[in-house]
Amino acid sequence: MKAIAAVLLTAVALGAAVTGAQAQSGSKTLEQVKQKGFLTCGTNTGLAGFGLPDDKGNWTGLDVDFCRGVAAAIFGDGTKVKFIPLSAKDRFTALQSGEIDVLARNGTWTQSREAELGLLWAGVNYYDGQGFMVRKKLNVSSALELSGASICVQQGTTTELNMADFFRTKSMKYEAVAFQNIDEAVKAYDSGRCDAYTTDASGLYSSRLKLVNPDEHMVLPEIISKEPLGPAVRQGDDQWFNIVRWTHYAMINAEELGITKANVDEQVKTANPEIKRFLGVEGDFGKGLGLPKEWAFRIIKAVGNYGEAFNRNVGDGSPLKIKRGLNALWSQGGIQYAPSVR
Amino acid sequence: MSDANARQQPSVSLLYNPRVRGFLYQAVLVAIVGFLAYEAVVNASTNMRARGIPTDFSFWDRVASFDINQTLIEYSAASTYGRAFFVGLLNTLLVAAVGVVLATFLGFFVGVARLSHNYVVQKLATIYVEVMRNTPLLLQLLFIYNAVLTPLPNPRNSISLGAGVFINNRGLVLPDPQFAPGAIWVLVAAIAGLLLAVAFRFYAHRDQEKTGRSYPVVWIGIGLVLGLPALVYLALGEPVTFAAPVLRGFNFQGGVRVLPEFVALVLGLVLYTAAFIAEIVRAGIRSVSHGQTEAAMALGLSRQQTLKLVVTPQAMRVIIPPLTNQYLALTKNSSLAVFIGYPDLVQVFAGTVLNQTGAAVQVIAITMSVYLVISLVTAAIMNSYNRRKALVER
Repeated sequence: MKAIAAVLLTAVALGAAVTGAQAQSGSKTLEQVKQKGFLTCGTNTGLAGFGLPDDKGNWTGLDVDFCRGVAAAIFGDGTKVKFIPLSAKDRFTALQSGEIDVLARNGTWTQSREAELGLLWAGVNYYDGQGFMVRKKLNVSSALELSGASICVQQGTTTELNMADFFRTKSMKYEAVAFQNIDEAVKAYDSGRCDAYTTDASGLYSSRLKLVNPDEHMVLPEIISKEPLGPAVRQGDDQWFNIVRWTHYAMINAEELGITKANVDEQVKTANPEIKRFLGVEGDFGKGLGLPKEWAFRIIKAVGNYGEAFNRNVGDGSPLKIKRGLNALWSQGGIQYAPSVR
Repeated sequence: MSDANARQQPSVSLLYNPRVRGFLYQAVLVAIVGFLAYEAVVNASTNMRARGIPTDFSFWDRVASFDINQTLIEYSAASTYGRAFFVGLLNTLLVAAVGVVLATFLGFFVGVARLSHNYVVQKLATIYVEVMRNTPLLLQLLFIYNAVLTPLPNPRNSISLGAGVFINNRGLVLPDPQFAPGAIWVLVAAIAGLLLAVAFRFYAHRDQEKTGRSYPVVWIGIGLVLGLPALVYLALGEPVTFAAPVLRGFNFQGGVRVLPEFVALVLGLVLYTAAFIAEIVRAGIRSVSHGQTEAAMALGLSRQQTLKLVVTPQAMRVIIPPLTNQYLALTKNSSLAVFIGYPDLVQVFAGTVLNQTGAAVQVIAITMSVYLVISLVTAAIMNSYNRRKALVER
């Protein structure tokens, strides 16, 4: 009898727990992150320049630095991040289910991903477009000559869909060979299973470094899509959305204001009111975000401004040597633009 | 309060009646399980709706707009997600069907080899079984995929196997059959041959029961199934021709292509499962006592007849139930296709479709139900076969 009573009690307690979880679902992500003591960030399984662990196991990349920026804004310490590597296929489910707090995994911002998956894109930290990589010895100079080709692709990406659209529009035939992870797709391309490999242009440059003979491969000139890549969060927590979004804007504003990781301590003493507001010397612009007033100072102190992060990870300071192009500031011919902190 | 007391005093209150109590406990348990299941469903759907995740099945009829490289039915990027589901399902069934048949043949062969009196044959079979059984299937698959793929040349340097058959790192290219108007009769003849062969088997069996005469059933059967369509084919002036594939651009145009991913997956599943089947077969044959063989020999049956009429039927009773498990395991293991890029149900539906629609719960639920149904159907077929073969006890 006692055993049965115990079973009953456990069952009721379980039921209550289930019901409790239901009532609690609206709670603030920021509170949970503070409670855990670290930020959980979904990142790429391995894409040089965006999210890749180095030989010491430290994560590096533009998206990785973005997450460090968010952690710095919250904790004042850019190392309080737990990176969860995710395949393209699993990334949105992980965010939806609350396994990660923010997804910075070169994800393309599309209408259906916001409207149907219940996500929100906080900004665009890399304006990209899809391209094709082929072997030089195929003597192909344009994507329009790819009719009949086998093309390796990572499944569950916008890339897979754009490619289908492109070939349909041009009435060309092709064979899509879809793999779960980038590595498998690149390996299959490298071993000769496919004539071409397709992904975002930035990804092509970064994957090329991993091939056996990078010099035998070339990226075709055509860019067949718009791929605005950026960090995403779940819907339903506006404050958290603002924190993530303004971390991105803070990095861009810092570049525009000339604040760098190196001079940020100096800049605190400036007379410029815009910089004073930005670094929290004057006014308190962190309050509305649920952050301390020096939130932007902390971000720049930890990861530097957007231009620094770009150069360090994908630009001239990296093996990828990608030009700023569209990702230059609006004042320098690009389209990176951020509202002011005021 | 013991049962004995309850029986002696039938007028005791309902609360202490063991049957009523038993029923009550069961009802309470069912209610608890039901409540928890209900809560889980409501909880999930409430939270999903709160987060804007789709909870319905409306994605089924939307345009998929991605391509699949092996489709047994008509499919293009303009087809629906529902269509993509069936493409993936058929690809899974194809691998499972081909795999089960080949694994059975190889498994029986190796199982018999394990019992061989030839030292080399027996040891080779043992090594095969031990290596395949004791390494992870996923590793074997990746090894085979890379071992099948890497040494093969690109399409421009394809290896020609003659008669329009080519092999390269894009797969095996076979000639495409072209059907002239009379071709249907060849098919009709093939079906007729098959029916005749089955009918003859019945006749031969009954005649043997009556008179003791035995017929070469197998040879006559093969003759009927192959010979009849061949005769019709020649009589109608070869209505089926084969169009050889032509190398144009990146790969062969025309022809039927077998993907290297398919070959690697089937090969991996067959080699792995056959090792288990071999052990089952060995155990089955071993379970028939040697006295049976000696008795059969004493009655004057030949070695072949002993094996066919005495040992095998009894061994099958032991073999079939665990064999069913292996068939189910092979079918379920085929979902490892996702790691080598073969477009099976998991890769297409629980992979791309899930990711493009975001309907994770629905898609995974459908995928799981499909595997459940496939497994239950396989089990049902094997169980009915088992009942026919089982020892009839009186």
